[in-house]
Amino acid sequence: MNLFQVTLTIAMVALSLCLVLTAVRFAIGPTLPDRITAFDLFVANVIGMIAIYTEFTGNEDFIDVAMILSLFGFLGSISFAYYIMRITK
Amino acid sequence: MLENIDWLLIREIISCVLILTGVLFMLISTLGLLRLPDFYIRMSAITKGTTLGLGLILSGMGIYFNQPDILLKVLAIIVFSFITAPVAAHVVGRTAVQNKIPFWDRTKTKELNEYLEQENLGEHVNRDKYIEDLKKKKKNAPGNQ
Repeated sequence: MNLFQVTLTIAMVALSLCLVLTAVRFAIGPTLPDRITAFDLFVANVIGMIAIYTEFTGNEDFIDVAMILSLFGFLGSISFAYYIMRITK
Repeated sequence: MLENIDWLLIREIISCVLILTGVLFMLISTLGLLRLPDFYIRMSAITKGTTLGLGLILSGMGIYFNQPDILLKVLAIIVFSFITAPVAAHVVGRTAVQNKIPFWDRTKTKELNEYLEQENLGEHVNRDKYIEDLKKKKKNAPGNQ
């Protein structure tokens, strides 16, 4: 296990910690927009984890997954915002 | 001289530094999401920190692989996230202002209130609510009876 793999492991652990802390905010978030921003952060963390996993395994197919995920994260937050705009009158 | 340099090691070191910096930014923005007092402050912290951290992590990956097609895909992801993250934050923040999500009590909202009054947006910010009010006004108008 060389220095590079140690660094990737540290990064993976830190991103997992980020996911747990975001889940805490997702649970206790007082309003619905708080949960939408937590969802945004979920998507960004998962994209980072996919990038680090790609570097671990050397399998280059997972970059497409990150691309599609960034697109769908944007779509998800926009549609959630539209939903709150319509539901509260 | 140039043949003796281990290019893989250099790429690994650069990639390590970029990835660690990006993860640090992600961690800081997540702590901001957990600790900051107000929805708007939390959203600003997340948008900036996450965009920068994601860009650093992905560029570290592109440098490590050292192939043109992967670099192109990484640049596509970075440009896409740099365009869409502020747009999404703007839309969510505007919706939150319209739905009267409360500000932090130390936020200075004097200029925002002046702007809303000046644009006549203080009452009818929501479009559906505005249309309903127009219908009510038409019903209550004396000319219709």
